[in-house]
Amino acid sequence: MSTKDARPRVLIVDDYPDAREMYSEYLQFSGFDVVEAANGMEALQRAVDASPDIILMDLSLPVMDGWEATRRLKADKRTAAIPVVALTGHALAGISEGARMAGCDAFVTKPCLPEDLVKEIRRVLDETPTRKGGRRSGKYAKNTVN
Amino acid sequence: MGVGARRHATKRNGSATPYTGVPRVRVAVEEASEEEQEQLAARVRLLEGFVSRAEVVDCTQYALQWAGEVLGVSQSICLVRPAGEQALFAAAHYGFTSSAVATFAVSLDDWNNPLVTTFANRKEIFFPAAHSPSDRKRRPSTPFEDAAFHVIPLGAALAEEALGLLLIGGSDLISSDLHWFTSIFSQKLDQLLRTQGLVEADRRQGRERSLLHSIINAVSDPILLTDTEGRLLIANQRALTLFTASEEESEGRRGAVRMNNMLLSSALSSKAIEETGATRRELLLVNPADGSDLVFELLSTVTEDPRQGSGVVSILRNVTDLRRASEEIEENYRKMRVAEAQSRAESDRLNLIIDSVADPIVVTDASGATSLMNEPAERLFTIPQDASAIEQRWVQANDAHFSSFIAGMLVSADQRRVGEIGLSDPRNGEPMPVEAIAGKIMSEHGELTAVVTILHDRREAIEKAHLYEQLKQASDELERKIQAATADIAQQNELLRRQAIELEQASALKSQFLANMSHEFRTPLNAMLGYTSMLLQGVGGEVGPNVKRQLSRVESNGRHLLTIINEILDISRIEAGRMPLQLSRIKVPELVSEVRAELEPIILRSKLDVKLQIEKDLPALNTDRQKVKQIVLNLLSNALKFTHHGSVTISAKRGRDKTICISVSDTGIGIAAADHEKIFEDFRQLDNSPTRAYGGTGLGLSICRRLAQMLDGKLTVQSQLGKGSTFTLALPIKGRK
Repeated sequence: MSTKDARPRVLIVDDYPDAREMYSEYLQFSGFDVVEAANGMEALQRAVDASPDIILMDLSLPVMDGWEATRRLKADKRTAAIPVVALTGHALAGISEGARMAGCDAFVTKPCLPEDLVKEIRRVLDETPTRKGGRRSGKYAKNTVN
Repeated sequence: MGVGARRHATKRNGSATPYTGVPRVRVAVEEASEEEQEQLAARVRLLEGFVSRAEVVDCTQYALQWAGEVLGVSQSICLVRPAGEQALFAAAHYGFTSSAVATFAVSLDDWNNPLVTTFANRKEIFFPAAHSPSDRKRRPSTPFEDAAFHVIPLGAALAEEALGLLLIGGSDLISSDLHWFTSIFSQKLDQLLRTQGLVEADRRQGRERSLLHSIINAVSDPILLTDTEGRLLIANQRALTLFTASEEESEGRRGAVRMNNMLLSSALSSKAIEETGATRRELLLVNPADGSDLVFELLSTVTEDPRQGSGVVSILRNVTDLRRASEEIEENYRKMRVAEAQSRAESDRLNLIIDSVADPIVVTDASGATSLMNEPAERLFTIPQDASAIEQRWVQANDAHFSSFIAGMLVSADQRRVGEIGLSDPRNGEPMPVEAIAGKIMSEHGELTAVVTILHDRREAIEKAHLYEQLKQASDELERKIQAATADIAQQNELLRRQAIELEQASALKSQFLANMSHEFRTPLNAMLGYTSMLLQGVGGEVGPNVKRQLSRVESNGRHLLTIINEILDISRIEAGRMPLQLSRIKVPELVSEVRAELEPIILRSKLDVKLQIEKDLPALNTDRQKVKQIVLNLLSNALKFTHHGSVTISAKRGRDKTICISVSDTGIGIAAADHEKIFEDFRQLDNSPTRAYGGTGLGLSICRRLAQMLDGKLTVQSQLGKGSTFTLALPIKGRK
């Protein structure tokens, strides 16, 4: 947590500004670098532009919904390796399954307390091989400085 | 007419000839005067008339006429006794105008008649004219009526019976001429009657002899008369062939005849003759014609003849054929008896069979008369002894109906006939329709010998048919009702189905609505809880203890609201059938520890002793981890909520039927037995008062039980009010199929 680059970058995709800002603020408080997007289309752009380490994807989104966005992300080799954690207030059957089908790596149901979300992000990041080939180890991601 | 009579007659013939008186008369004529000459001539004329007349009636008539003309006898009747007759008949009469005199006769048995005594005594008698009834009583009834008349017996010899009577009318004394006339007439009459009788007796005797001879010869049985020494006196033709043989005949035949004579003589031995009356015995003779044995029955009778001594009349009856026939008859009779016994046995058996048949059977002969019937048939067609008049009528009517059926059968060409006869039950007169099946029995020659009829009481069948009809009607009725009901039910089912669809749609809409609502609730709640959490963590700078406590209240109420929202969501998902299962292999100890860890803050706050009792080496479960965790979490949080002191124990062990049981036991307030099932109902908390002591939606246990069922498990409770509760989740080891 010494350099900005050491902070894992999280792309938060949510159309509800209060939630987006709340998570953003807490993630930054918890030591993450945060990029935000308000819909699927924007999320695709940011994922390429900012190359985040992980994406928090709300599924009910205007313009392009989360499922479609996730599919496209997983279809694009530039972004395919980025883990996607689906985040939704919909808890009906088929939602999570649809999310996994679309390529989501994890699934979190709203409401989700900021600290619980941070735990899940860290869990997923721990299980995901880095794009540089190594595997993050430990509970907190501690990237080596290049 | 015996031989003696004939001899007697011959003797008389020798002494009295018809012409004995003639020379005397001639002598008198030569010496008489002219008047006397004339008288003599009249007498000669009479004698000449007699000579030329051989007939009694003719001669008598002539004599009476002569007496009337010559002697002046104006009325006269001559009664003659014909040979063998016991009466006097009028042979001739003279001077009577009435023809009744021709039939005048006198019975010789009538001894009261003076004529009869005159006839017997041979004395002339005179009956003077009758003038009073008493006079008439002493007189016989004659054609002379009340006139006087003389009766003069006629007859040549005084020793002999009279020949007749001459009745002469008038009261004059009888002249010497008349005496001469009667004596001459008596002689002539005697001659005529005797001659006539002799010829007749001779002829009769000859006829009788030849008749007897032919009778004896006509008898096929041998008949013979033997003297006491056994010598043959008389034999008929058949006997002669057996007992006589001429010299010309063969030696064999003569030997046979000798043998027969010996056999007969010994049979007619002294013993046979001594015995009185007829004797019967068997006599074996030889047939001279062919030497065969002949069996005779010998019937011998001793006859006594005063002139010729006693003899034996024997009649032989040929019984050779008779005996053979008798033997044959005996044999036939024996065979017949055997056959009869067999036939009786057969008939008895047949009767037994026929009687054992419950249906009436009647056998009638070709004329329609009943020849056999069994007991049931007798009940129908024969009148019982103690039958009343009405019962008799029933039986008679039955008989008439049956007879007409049989008559119809007899005239028809059908071999078999089936018909219905309307009989009456002889016990109570109820109509008794019977089915009659009649069959003709034909002889070998195709002649009808009998008709066998079997009657079958149709009442039962009719009753059955009737019952069947009723049953069918009832069944049809039932079927109609069922169809109506079925149609009704189908209609209602359709209605229900539609309602069900509508309800399902409504339910789906509700679930969808709730899901949407929960989403809409969550989004703001998410922000509220997030910011509260951040404030408490001091993300936005340090907060004072008061503010922190107030923020904690916001947080806990927010969490409660979230729980409520989650539970409502779970129920709607389960109800909508949209609660997906994610099966995986889970390890129960790990899961239990995780739940305990999750509730650690509450456990610490409750100050209860929470123990774990986990059996070693529990197998892994194939189930939905999240659901199991949710259940155990709920059970443990309930236990903590309703237990104020004591302990809570979480145990995991193998149960029956290859299950693993996870139990949460507490020492809390407990649940009354009556409420053990209620707690699993939706929105149910036992304390429903507004000021209830325990929070919660009341959906927890209901959701847990449903989840357990989804996992093919069971959630049960054991509890006593005030003594704690034990909730047990039993899950199959093999997991959900």
